[in-house]
Amino acid sequence: MKLGIGTALGWVAIAAGSLLTIAMLSRFERPPIDSVQAGFRGTGMVENVNPRLLAALQAANVIPASLPALPAAGPKAGQVYKNVQVLGGLSVGEFTRLMASITTWVAPTQGCAYCHNPANMADDSRYTKVVARRMIQMVQHVNADWTAHVKETGVTCYTCHRGQPVPSRIWFNDPGPPRAGGYTESSFGMTHASAAAGDSALPYDPFTPFLQNADAIRVQGTTALPAGNGMGIRDAEWTYSLMMYFSDSLGVNCTYCHNTRSFGDWSQSTPQRVTAWHGIRMVRDLNENYLMKLHDVFPPNRLGPTGDAPKLACATCHQGVYKPLFGVSMLQGFPELAHPLQPAAAK
Amino acid sequence: MSMLSFEPKYRVRGGTLVGGDLFDFWFGPFYVGFFGVTTIFFATLGTLLIVYGAAIGPTWNLWQISIAPPDLKFGLGVAPMREGGLWQGITICAIGAFVSWALRQAEIARKLGMGYHVPFAYGVAVFAYVTLVVIRPLLMGAWGYGFPYGIISHLDWVSNTGYQYLHFHYNPAHMLAVSFFFTTTLALSLHGSLVLSAVNPGRGEVVKTAEHENTFFRDTIGYSIGTLGIHRLGLFLALSAGFWSAVCIVISGPFWTRGWPEWWGWWLNLPIWK
Repeated sequence: MKLGIGTALGWVAIAAGSLLTIAMLSRFERPPIDSVQAGFRGTGMVENVNPRLLAALQAANVIPASLPALPAAGPKAGQVYKNVQVLGGLSVGEFTRLMASITTWVAPTQGCAYCHNPANMADDSRYTKVVARRMIQMVQHVNADWTAHVKETGVTCYTCHRGQPVPSRIWFNDPGPPRAGGYTESSFGMTHASAAAGDSALPYDPFTPFLQNADAIRVQGTTALPAGNGMGIRDAEWTYSLMMYFSDSLGVNCTYCHNTRSFGDWSQSTPQRVTAWHGIRMVRDLNENYLMKLHDVFPPNRLGPTGDAPKLACATCHQGVYKPLFGVSMLQGFPELAHPLQPAAAK
Repeated sequence: MSMLSFEPKYRVRGGTLVGGDLFDFWFGPFYVGFFGVTTIFFATLGTLLIVYGAAIGPTWNLWQISIAPPDLKFGLGVAPMREGGLWQGITICAIGAFVSWALRQAEIARKLGMGYHVPFAYGVAVFAYVTLVVIRPLLMGAWGYGFPYGIISHLDWVSNTGYQYLHFHYNPAHMLAVSFFFTTTLALSLHGSLVLSAVNPGRGEVVKTAEHENTFFRDTIGYSIGTLGIHRLGLFLALSAGFWSAVCIVISGPFWTRGWPEWWGWWLNLPIWK
């Protein structure tokens, strides 16, 4: 049999097409699925959940066992140890328990020496110790001053760190993929899949304008006709990119917060939108007053491609779950993280 | 009443699917038939149920009247009349009327000795409706996934249901459906403008023939599908639009629960550029 190049190309095309079809079809999920109805019947305010995926997510969001609480009696850590600036008001027992807990939450394989100089535990020469101190203050600030977002559940180091020295879902200013100049220069992400925006071709860095700076997120007009609304399609794309990120971070869809017949109307939105509104302000506060202020403390390898400090956003805590760790509060076992402590008299 | 030229051929006995000669008669110009009777029955009952639903509802504003499906908690069971049972009854009536109408079309096609193109084409639209209110709710496990019967409320449902998957334009079947909808209108506009041009010649000129029409498209785009072919193509494009619309909603939920942009991970992760 004589095989021409055309025949060979034909077989290659059939094989490639079959592989692509298999890749495509294997991407789908299957019934049965679960749902949560969030609005009046027939409005389509529904969360869809694949129970197989949910089981995996729940397994990945189990809180670690806590060390047993120790009495607050006895000498204070600030009197016994040197250079205890934030937690000096704790008893030595409480202080040691918290240090051991932080080790399992943040640096379980690296151990105490990830932050401390073993020869002199009070030494501040390791940048990680300076960062950790500021992060403890940040956790106390969140739990004390941002209850509008974190409620009584609160946060601990583990909410973000999950056993890793650097939380997995942090972000940096993203200059975008390298591209040629001219007409392709200002596409703001068009034709590029944006990992931040749920793989859509929307702007790839929705963080910098909205969660580092405080650009206006609302793009929808408040009147039936577009009178006086200066927002354009490009503004809407940035906002949609941010909203995609929110959805992706919390594992929810748009109707978790919005009735999409009128996105901006608070009276038609769900209560969760109020919580999210406070969350946006909280993230801006933490980025501006805690993480970006640590810029000079971080070594260059911890900075982003444009030399900026690592920053947090929704996914840093939520990690794909509508309530971090499915709403299980670790804070209840660690009241010393619930608010800033009264300083103890230094030794 | 005078008859149209083709009516003597149409007004013949037989060809019925059900009931033999029982309803095989005409009411004025209208063929009745068994399925004409069932169509009238279901359409009347369904309409009265909607009017009843409006009467016990909050408004008589035509735009805002809405008959909502049951809460999801009722699953695939029967809901109380005022909590979605009305929607279930109206759905049964609607399907009864639509299917009756398709079968009546089939009977007429048999009387005329023609193919089943008309009932088949209409059946695709009915299939799309049944997909929305029966097949997808069955796959997801509750009648509450159906859309509400109201002019504005069904649009609100479409909006929220689309946003349940973040960005519906990334739904691959939605892409196909939209493309077919655009293409069918393009084909119709090309075909309609061609026919209108051919049969409306300038003053002093004769009406143009099919060969003239073929020549026009061969000259402009290098190909003419022909007078019969354009109608086959038009049917294919229009039915494909409806068919892929049904597919795009039935895969949203039962076969994909996340944002549609994320579905394209299979493409983004192809080994050649991953």
